[in-house]
Amino acid sequence: MEKALQPIIELREVKKHYQMGPVTVEALRGISLKVFPGDYISILGPSGCGKSTLLNILGCLDQPTSGAYLLEGKDVAQLDDDELSQVRGKRLGFIFQSYNLIQALTVVENIEVPLYYQGIPEKEGRKIAEKLAGQVGLGTRLDHRPTELSGGQQQRVAIARALASDPALILADEATGNLDSKSGGEILQIFDELNAQGKTLIMITHDEKMADRTPRVIRLKDGEIVVDTGKRFDISGRMSKEEEKVSAV
Amino acid sequence: MSALSHKPLADLSPFRLKRAVLMGIKSLWMHKLRSLLTAMGIVFGVCSVIAMLAIGEGASHEAQEQIKNLGSQNVILQSVKPSGSASSAAEETRSLILEYGLTYRDIDQIRSTIPGVDVVVPARKMKDFLWNNSVSVDGTILGTVPWYPEMRNRRVLKGRFFTAVEMESRGSVCVLNEVLATQLFPLSSPVGKSVRLQSSYYTVIGIIESRPPAVAGNSSGGDGGGSAEDANADMEMLIPLTTLLERFGEVLVKYRSGSFEAEKVELHEVTIKIDKPERVLSCSQAIEHLLERNHKNKDYVMTVPLELLKQAERTKQIFNIVLGSIAAISLLVGGIGIMNIMLATVTERTREIGIRRALGAKRRDIVLQFLIETILLSGSGGLLGVALGLAIPILITQFADMITIIRLWAPTLAFSISVFIGVVFGIYPALRAAGMNPVEALRHE
Ligand SMILES: Nc1ncnc2c1ncn2[C@@H]1O[C@H](COP(=O)(O)OP(=O)(O)O)[C@@H](O)[C@H]1O
Ligand SMILES: [Mg+2]
Repeated sequence: MEKALQPIIELREVKKHYQMGPVTVEALRGISLKVFPGDYISILGPSGCGKSTLLNILGCLDQPTSGAYLLEGKDVAQLDDDELSQVRGKRLGFIFQSYNLIQALTVVENIEVPLYYQGIPEKEGRKIAEKLAGQVGLGTRLDHRPTELSGGQQQRVAIARALASDPALILADEATGNLDSKSGGEILQIFDELNAQGKTLIMITHDEKMADRTPRVIRLKDGEIVVDTGKRFDISGRMSKEEEKVSAV
Repeated sequence: MSALSHKPLADLSPFRLKRAVLMGIKSLWMHKLRSLLTAMGIVFGVCSVIAMLAIGEGASHEAQEQIKNLGSQNVILQSVKPSGSASSAAEETRSLILEYGLTYRDIDQIRSTIPGVDVVVPARKMKDFLWNNSVSVDGTILGTVPWYPEMRNRRVLKGRFFTAVEMESRGSVCVLNEVLATQLFPLSSPVGKSVRLQSSYYTVIGIIESRPPAVAGNSSGGDGGGSAEDANADMEMLIPLTTLLERFGEVLVKYRSGSFEAEKVELHEVTIKIDKPERVLSCSQAIEHLLERNHKNKDYVMTVPLELLKQAERTKQIFNIVLGSIAAISLLVGGIGIMNIMLATVTERTREIGIRRALGAKRRDIVLQFLIETILLSGSGGLLGVALGLAIPILITQFADMITIIRLWAPTLAFSISVFIGVVFGIYPALRAAGMNPVEALRHE
């Protein structure tokens, strides 16, 4: 039980400002948040409210303007560029709305990319990639190019790629945004299964139905958290009072 | 957290390098035509460097061989019909004897007053028809001394050259040069047979190497003859100088275009050997001074092979500098072309860069990836260029009948430069790719 109390992610008053000439855009206005192992979170909110900005910071792709971000207990601000790359490659898995597969590479090669940057030997990497491709139902499409696959299939490749380095946290930014409801449903099915296997997932969506699917929902508005249902589904008292931001919704 | 432990060398293990190279080949292969066109600049740069070097080496080698054949310790003097007076005087006073050229007095003075003069080879020349039964050839008869072949580096190919005894006894012997021998005696060896010149017969005792064309042309230039004469300039029959003097005297009469022309020339050609190489230039100057005093109109030319050799070396140096500049410029242009395309590629693949960064690629992974692509481009361009550069000189030798020499260092150097260019012109685009912000890169398009 003691171990469960250690959050994977802890944000303290994280702000992100963009300077657009004379105008300062406050994309995030002080986000505090804890994510625990096994969490399954959907982030909702109107367009432009800062969801992607938040996810990029969580994914170590971007740095907060102020505030602290602790990933697995370590202050991300202290990491240099190489260490950030390593964190992204080993501890995090990304899934994007537009799949972001490398067009020049085949299915299995795309899945191998994170393993390659970690220096995993080719044969071992190939084995892992083939296994994952099988798990997302693309075992027969190993040598296909992304352009030869449907959107749903491409997104499944992206999921397999995100899983390749067995990350602590999977981040998905509108993963079903480009898909029809059937393929989208299949993707969500996979997410459910992954969470059931103990993976921690954070996904952005503007689909209200998602809120029913995930145990924890965070709603953003104008760069602030207006709802965090973390307490509602809290079983073990993981969150302390002052970190909760539960609105009356 | 062991995930964050630093392993700086892990990126450049042979395994990663191999995969990076394979990946580079793959992405270049995706744009075959573009890659090919981009590499073309380097191909032509490298190919022209190698081909030009080969041609240059060949040409200068040939020139140096010819000059060396003249003897680097020699000073060669040739009589020339004085310009200006020559044709008009002959034209107006047809019956007069035109007197010009080097004299025995010149030789005596040179020998007695200039220290270091070792051996002197005098020679007289005339033109006439040479006969083998009914076959005749318009040839040059060269009267000279027994040590002529040694002095002029001309090998006796068959038989022997005439001896001092034959010289003294004014023997009727002759040595044919190779060209004349094959012309007069196409079917059998001429040694032992006879050649008729006017009314007397000369026994062929040997065959001597023909002079290299350029040198032969040079020596015949003094006769001031037409092109028909030049074409025959190669046909030479060598006989003892004494024999020539006794049979034909010092006045040579030529029948040409309807008029008689008589010339009195004591010596047509004198070869002077200087005892030490380092004295050649000072001696040649002394000889020049002496001759200037003796000959008011310039009716002789002096050739100093050593000087020619030095000149040829200087020419080669200049050639190499010019070549080097051209090569440098063409490779520079090729490099800029590659850089241009790589910058476009980086922009085009911004999103891919963002994806790779999100998936754990470090800055140096990205640098390596793009640098490898550039080096692959320039290196394969270099290889293709080397192949073409080796083929072209061979073709030139085959079809243009020119000597080309490929030195091993030329392709090696050209190829290394092409790879070097890949590094130099690839580094900026690669750094630009690696410097991109991952979020911005992912947002690109
Ligand atoms: N690179 C940027 N430069 C300037 N403004 C930005 C940048 N990225 C995001 N923003 C602004 O920050 C706000 C949040 O954007 P984003 O996180 O993408 O919203 P969402 O993903 O919720 O639609 C928006 O107003 C957007 O215009
Ligand atoms: Mg967004």
